[in-house]
This record gives sequence, structure tokens and C-alpha cells, in this order.
Amino acid sequence: MSLVIYIAVMAGVTYFIRMIPFAAFRRQIKSRFFRSFLYYVPYAVLTAMTIPAIFYSTGSMATAAFGTAVAVVLAYFDMPLIVVALAASAAAFSAGYFYSLF
Amino acid sequence: MKSPFVKGVLDGVPIALGYLSVSFGFGILAVRSGLTSLVSVIISASNLTSAGQAAGIAIIAAGGSYLEMALTQLIINLRYGLMSISLSQKLDSTFNSPRRLLVAYGITDEIFAVASAQKGLLTARYMYGLISVSTLGWCTGTFLGASAGQLLPTSLTNAMGIVLYAMFIAIVIPPVKKSRGVLAVTATAAICSMIFKYLLTQVSGGFAIIFSAIIAAVIGALVFPVADEEETEVTEQ
Repeated sequence: MSLVIYIAVMAGVTYFIRMIPFAAFRRQIKSRFFRSFLYYVPYAVLTAMTIPAIFYSTGSMATAAFGTAVAVVLAYFDMPLIVVALAASAAAFSAGYFYSLF
Repeated sequence: MKSPFVKGVLDGVPIALGYLSVSFGFGILAVRSGLTSLVSVIISASNLTSAGQAAGIAIIAAGGSYLEMALTQLIINLRYGLMSISLSQKLDSTFNSPRRLLVAYGITDEIFAVASAQKGLLTARYMYGLISVSTLGWCTGTFLGASAGQLLPTSLTNAMGIVLYAMFIAIVIPPVKKSRGVLAVTATAAICSMIFKYLLTQVSGGFAIIFSAIIAAVIGALVFPVADEEETEVTEQ
């Protein structure tokens, strides 16, 4: 088995999945149902990727839950993406440090 | 007035920072599976996908078949196809075929998320900025992880694992406050995703995301069809 072929297969399949729909859909889609569906897709995909995966993202459910809570609160108050992202990480880190004291 | 490219670069900075931490982990993993730092960076630069790459190096390490490699990538990354269809509706009129072929390379979860949250149509230059800075972060993190991963304390690398998910939360919550449709879709997607994770465990992670997203978006489209003005505000301004 060749490393070069492995990487070519990985990269090729991944690229074609992205490219084919991108190149094929040229016109505005007319169907109201399909347009509504596409409008909701981003939120549906992001949520499905985040929950419950976020609770396993730091190696400890407790620190991840704390980080998640901080992210939700800051996002609710319309904080910029980078602020929410780094604050959640800092919260998870602090929670981990706090637990390590006991 | 900032140029679209510069705006893309600036919008891509949070993605690049998140990618630094995630691809750092990938770099560590790749070296542990017996790959060199150079090969790890080549994989990152040519694939630009987290879950797909992690599965890919596992298959390489196990000496799996090329067919298995192709099918695994197809399943894990099929969600990009859905994202591509969605983004294809948001491209401005200057998006000719070469530009589409180029930008298609950079459709990742995070780039898709930031691009679809933009008001109005997307220009190629904006996408170039967004994709180039994100790719730089992804490859740099891979290189650092592959060459120096063992130097950082675990407590820090663990905490960095939440960065990208927190960014998703920051993208989803504001529209959830404003739209009952988005709220319903989000709740449905979360419930479906948990059902797949804890009850229908035979469904792989990639398919679980696709199924959850399709079910939630179909329910949203049936129960809360988007009015033209509302949609215009998001996709055509």
C-alpha cells in the first residue's frame, strides 16, 4: 500500500464531495420548500456537530459543560466569535485547574 | 472600506486560531501513527478536514484498502456536499467555473459557518481571504503538533479542544433568539444527534450528522417555511 495513493484517494474524494454540488448548482432554486430547507441547513448541521460532541471535547465532561455554559451566555449577548471561542476555552482550562486542586 | 479579501482574512482569524489547536492535535496523532511531520502537513494541506483526516491516518496505520479509505472519506465528509449546495445559492454573479473549482477546496464546517452567516452574496475574493488564512492556521498547527506536541501540558491542549464548538455556538445562538423556525430546527437537530449518539449507536458519526441535519431542516422547512423577505435578508442582500 502506497502512502501517496492513500493521500491522493483521501484528498480526491474529499474535494469531489465539495466541488460537484458547488459547480452544478448555478441557478437560484425556485421551490419554497427547498429554499427553506437550505436556509435551515447551516443551523441544523452546526447543532448536530456540536451536541453532544462538545461535552467530550476537553477530556472531562465537567470542564466541557462549564466551557459550554460560558459560550452559550456570551453568544446570547451577541459577543464576537473569537471572544466566545477563547472565553469558552479559558473557562474549561480554569475549571480543569480548579478541579486539579482537590 | 475594507477590501473583500482583507475582510475575509479578518473573519478567518478566529477560524485559524481554532484550527491551530485542532490541527495541533492531528499533528500529534499523525506522528504517533508513524507519519513524518512533512507527510502530516501534506495531508492537512490537501484535505483540510478534521474528522476525515483523523480517520484517514487510522486507515493508513492499519493498512486498510483504498476502497475503505474512499468510502470512509465519502461518509464522513458527505456533509460538505450539503454545505456546498447551501453555499452555491449565496455566490455572487462573478463566480465563474474556475473560481468555483478553487473555492470548493475550502468548504469546511467552520468556513461554511462563517460564510453562510455573512449578510448578502459572497464574492470570490472574500472566500479567498477566508480560506487562505484558515488553511494557513490548519497547516501551521499540524506542523507544530507533529514537531512539538509533547511539549505543551495536557491541561492546555485539552481545554483547546472546545474552541471550534464554542464558535459554532456563537454562530447559532443569535438567530435562535430571533426566529422560532431556527429555534425549532436547532432543538430538533440536537435531539436527533443525541438519539444517534446514545441509542442508534450503529450509525457512524458522519451519517449521524447528515441524518440529524436533514431531519431537522426538513421539519423546519415544512412547519416554518421561510417567508421571502426573511430569506432575502439572509441570502440576497
